[in-house]
Amino acid sequence: MKQHDNDDLTFISIDRKIEKAFIAIMAIAVTIPLVIMVMLLIDTFIDGSGRLNVDFLTSFPSRFAESAGILSPLVGSGILMVLTALFAVPVGIGAAVYLEEYAGKTRLSSFIEINISNLAGVPSIIYGLLGLGLFVRYMQLGRSLLAGALTLSLMALPMIIIASREAIRSVPRELREAAYALGADKWMTIKKIVLPMSLPGILTGIILSLARAIGETAPIITIGALTYVAFLPDSVMSPFTALPVQIFNWISRPQTEFHINAAAGIIVLLVVMLLMNSLAIILRYRLQRRIQ
Amino acid sequence: MMKTEQQELFTKRTLTERWISAVLFACAAVSIAVTAGIVMVLLFETKEFFSKVSFGQFFLDTQWTPLFAQKHFGIWPLFVGTLLTSFFAMITAIPMGLLIAIFLSEYAPEQLRRILKPIVEILAGIPTVVYGYFALTFVTPLLQKVIPDLAGFNSLSPGIVMGIMITPIVASLSEDAIYSVPASLREGALALGSTRLRAIRYIILPTAFSGIAASFILGISRAVGETMIVAIAAGQQPILTFDPRVPIETMTAYIVQVSLGDTPHGTLEYNTIFAVGSMLFIITMIFNLISFYLRKKILKGYI
Repeated sequence: MKQHDNDDLTFISIDRKIEKAFIAIMAIAVTIPLVIMVMLLIDTFIDGSGRLNVDFLTSFPSRFAESAGILSPLVGSGILMVLTALFAVPVGIGAAVYLEEYAGKTRLSSFIEINISNLAGVPSIIYGLLGLGLFVRYMQLGRSLLAGALTLSLMALPMIIIASREAIRSVPRELREAAYALGADKWMTIKKIVLPMSLPGILTGIILSLARAIGETAPIITIGALTYVAFLPDSVMSPFTALPVQIFNWISRPQTEFHINAAAGIIVLLVVMLLMNSLAIILRYRLQRRIQ
Repeated sequence: MMKTEQQELFTKRTLTERWISAVLFACAAVSIAVTAGIVMVLLFETKEFFSKVSFGQFFLDTQWTPLFAQKHFGIWPLFVGTLLTSFFAMITAIPMGLLIAIFLSEYAPEQLRRILKPIVEILAGIPTVVYGYFALTFVTPLLQKVIPDLAGFNSLSPGIVMGIMITPIVASLSEDAIYSVPASLREGALALGSTRLRAIRYIILPTAFSGIAASFILGISRAVGETMIVAIAAGQQPILTFDPRVPIETMTAYIVQVSLGDTPHGTLEYNTIFAVGSMLFIITMIFNLISFYLRKKILKGYI
């Protein structure tokens, strides 16, 4: 009997040791991504901060690494983002409202749902091939800003729909029913109650999707963005380049001076992303407080 | 009979209502049009490709040299290249993602969880071109100190970096799955004298299995379709090899390589990127659909 108790105790103490070891392993697993993120930032900053100055932001790309800048890629990315938002946001919100408020549990609506979930997982480069085949060739838009923005907006669409649906779903049903009880019809309820209430979530989703879209390189390269643009676009039909494409171009050159430019470009890109993410957080916080 | 004012208002409202629901439906239908567009573009150009190149040349040859004078169209070098980088990505992302998920959902106090989760998720939002730069200029030189004959372009380094990028996806979806395990099961195990670790091992993980599997599969799909990291750091040499130290080329990197050159519309080179794209689309779609149905299973409440 005594012997038995001892066995149980050793058993428990071994279990405890295993659990402690497991917690240590988990702590390491959680730390690794954080360490890597810090290393990535420090590494890029050390490489690129020397090149980062006003001239870098206001000069065109050049054959000479020291005098090359990111003016045209930066402007290209800015216009791309505005156009992408213009195309993708209304359609995305519309689709989300339809799926949450109008679509019943029909076969069609569940098909649309599977379809959107699949589209969100389609590799971005496939959207590039779609843009190349559909916009650049078939619709004859050429390698223009418009073709690029349309391609990016198709890519951003599923993300915007998914985020907007979640925001709309979080509006309590009682509020809708209260509006109906007061005699509002469906659209008025959506316009006056559902959309304003879900606005913080929708806006956050939109900003994050747009940040993702302008960070994309592969689809823009596939539709044929130029890698050397020494002019500013004068219309939406103008050829263009974008910041990530310029960074990729500099990385793929053998000379290390261009790698330094790439690092400086990355810092700018990351700062833009950081600003957009902060904006999303601030907007969400402000708007949520106003509603409450 | 004259319509009363109320009736008129009612008809007007019904009409607007119909209009609006039609417009909103059109928005939702755009998503179907996008899928149809992808399928049609890929199908059209791939048909063109296979009218010039036979299935045997595509699936049985082991050389991929469509850009050279001596043309071979065997997809295997690109396929194995993708397999290699995805393999290294997953052996990085699966253990790390799962451990983070268990830690966040079972061990971390609520406050720590609320801080850690968004920080980990930032990793998924960093542009892939940045990871490519990191793999090429930081991770590869670092690995070369341990593995001296690692080439400047290889499949190991971009694979690992890709795994880091995918970790938040695996962690976040696995955590959702673990979170959805009813507290009663966990408490039942603990009440029977189980340790927390045993409850995780024998109750929670098996119950959350389909959700966890869904996260792994979605991760694989991401790895297969990831482009910039491998285009920058894995090289552009379609060699059929399983050696992680030498340059290779993935399916996605090939599409980038051709897109960067000025390939005229209608040429065989132009068609090849769509043929490769079709393969890519089919592979990722199968993974996405499996992952979707596994996740649906959780939502339906299988417990």
